Amino acid sequence: MLSRRTLAGSLAALSAALLFPACGGSSSASSGNTLNWYIFPEPSGAFAKAAEECSKASGGEYDIQMRQLPADADGQREEMVRRLAAEDDSLDILGLDVTWTAEFAEAGWIEAWPDDLRSKVESSSLDTMIETSTWKDELFSAPFNTNTQLLWYRKDLVQEPPKTWDEMIEMAEKLADEKKPHLIEIQGAQYEGFTVWLNTMISSAGGSILNEDGTQAELGEPALKALQTMRKLADSVAADPSLPNQMENENRLAFESGTAAFQLNYPFVYPSAKDNAPDIFKNMAWAPYPSVVEGEPSHVTIGGIDLAVSSMSRKKEQAFKAIQCLREPEKQVRNAVDGGLPPVTESVYKEKDFQKSYPFWETALESLKEASVRPLTPAYQSVSLQIAYTLSPPTSIDPENDIAVLTDRIQDAIESKGLVP
Amino acid sequence: MSTQIESAPRRASKGRPTDRARAERKLGWLLCAPAAFVMLAVTAYPIGYAIYLSLQRYDLRFPAQTEFVGFTNYVTVLSSLDLWWKAFAVTLGITIVSVAIELILGMGVAMVMHRAIFGRGLVRTAVLIPYGIVTVVAAYSWQYAWTPGTGYLAKFLGPDSAPLTQTIPALAIIVLAEIWKTTPFMALLLLAGLSLVPGELLNAARVDGANAWQRFRHVMLPIMKPAILVALLFRTLDAFRIFDNIFILTQGSQDTRSVSILDYDQLFTALNLGVGSAMSVLIFLAVALIAFLFIKGFGAAAPGQELK
Repeated sequence: MLSRRTLAGSLAALSAALLFPACGGSSSASSGNTLNWYIFPEPSGAFAKAAEECSKASGGEYDIQMRQLPADADGQREEMVRRLAAEDDSLDILGLDVTWTAEFAEAGWIEAWPDDLRSKVESSSLDTMIETSTWKDELFSAPFNTNTQLLWYRKDLVQEPPKTWDEMIEMAEKLADEKKPHLIEIQGAQYEGFTVWLNTMISSAGGSILNEDGTQAELGEPALKALQTMRKLADSVAADPSLPNQMENENRLAFESGTAAFQLNYPFVYPSAKDNAPDIFKNMAWAPYPSVVEGEPSHVTIGGIDLAVSSMSRKKEQAFKAIQCLREPEKQVRNAVDGGLPPVTESVYKEKDFQKSYPFWETALESLKEASVRPLTPAYQSVSLQIAYTLSPPTSIDPENDIAVLTDRIQDAIESKGLVP
Repeated sequence: MSTQIESAPRRASKGRPTDRARAERKLGWLLCAPAAFVMLAVTAYPIGYAIYLSLQRYDLRFPAQTEFVGFTNYVTVLSSLDLWWKAFAVTLGITIVSVAIELILGMGVAMVMHRAIFGRGLVRTAVLIPYGIVTVVAAYSWQYAWTPGTGYLAKFLGPDSAPLTQTIPALAIIVLAEIWKTTPFMALLLLAGLSLVPGELLNAARVDGANAWQRFRHVMLPIMKPAILVALLFRTLDAFRIFDNIFILTQGSQDTRSVSILDYDQLFTALNLGVGSAMSVLIFLAVALIAFLFIKGFGAAAPGQELK
């Protein structure tokens, strides 16, 4: 009798183990005072230091453990979304790309900031960053670091940096005639970076992709001007032959290999050229992103990371406190100096340490103050996919026609109708 | 594979099964019941749940709008000419071209493996290497090789060429990567069939004056037919679900998306579980249809089924 019962018991245990293999592990991660911080893998270790300092300063109230997400943005979003959709309570603090706040907020995955904390966050962040953190009049995340593209060029090839896109293409074509390095490096692959390019171009032409409240696609004259300029580059000898497959890193490599004269990219290219291509670095200079309309400033798409508190977290209060600590000015300086991540608090730009390691700080700050935001809608991913799908490769852009097609597709995306490409 | 060989007599005579056979069958069912139960839990339940989800508007980004919508999602998918049907055509194209070439190459490789006198083990091992490499790793190697600047293959197509950025060359590279990767698998299945061909039969044919082609066409092929059909069935089902090679090589850009990549985009990027599940169900039906055609149409033996 006994042996049969034991057998049945162990069979049940065995089948339970087979059926629910994942149940054992998760509870330990969310015990005690541990706060799990899901964030992209920051190579310099600046985030890890901040986490350690904040944990210590809290006097045992919380202990921040970093959980590394994949290196690419899609991978990061996917991992967090998968866990949040399954209501995983082991996530406490989330490092969100600026385009995800609306989506995560609407889905009910992140917590709105209480009013008293909200005003603290707002007064210590650049306005454009706050725009990315706000959804339906509530603040859902705190800006952590920001980012913006600048124009990088070769002093040995170009005396005066170009003010407009037309001027830049002209200069590049002239260099090509002289058989000198002449390529313009920009992100033309069919991916999210393409949307960044389009958003910058449309904003700089004085328009936007969506209307004010993010419910309608609104592509008018500015979009036409933007598309015409993008097509002009694609048809010119100034365009890199692998433009349809280029992302930020390919741009950087091409610039470092010496085939390019111009590069529109994030500041990470500067220290990288210093390490990898000292000859190029000697002549590397920066300037504001060229305008689309002569005499008007460009409005570069803002990038960066916002920190949010997961709605599944059981330690929300500690998480809000920890985020405030992680984004203190001293930590922002270190993130910028060690990790090259531009701060979100304007006063930090006045710090001597920061300015020394960030020689282009003035250009960057100016650009950030004029920055534009990507479409604020929970369906941003779909909108972005539709844009890249419709317009890539840039050589196939047909300005008038594409505007009509794109308007329909973006509208479908906002309403989550149909398929995403 | 063991499908051809496994045909132990289960019935004592042509009539009713004997008591012993019945008891054995009952024991058989009992023994495989736990496995069947686990299979049901991990396959039947997800399939059922996918069908349930496919009948809803269910978008994780808009949880408030969840509702039952009947077959709307299927209509959405099936009426999408430029996405679903294009992806379907691309998938079908990749499947047909790669499986056809694999069959021919695989047959050649199988012959070599069969005939090799010296170093047979070495030959078989060498041939199997591509199949042993993780697909994602292999795909990355191909991706680097075909990207100008990081690879050596792109420049053979001329300066400034970036084949992965153009639809047709990119599809050709995807097919090439598939063929390189899975020809060994095809060859192994065919080798199993080849070893079934009795040597005496070939010798007899030779004595009768059949030349090499006639021996191949009229002696080997008919005997190998079951093995060939099983190989084709497996590879077709596999090729139709192609995902990893495309995911690494082009991420589905420039119209190189297979149905699986398109479905992944609906589910994981757009978080639209309703439409994504409808698409999964349609892919499932397409795969089932392929299997059905092979088994009923061409008379391939389903795994475990007795040969006629």
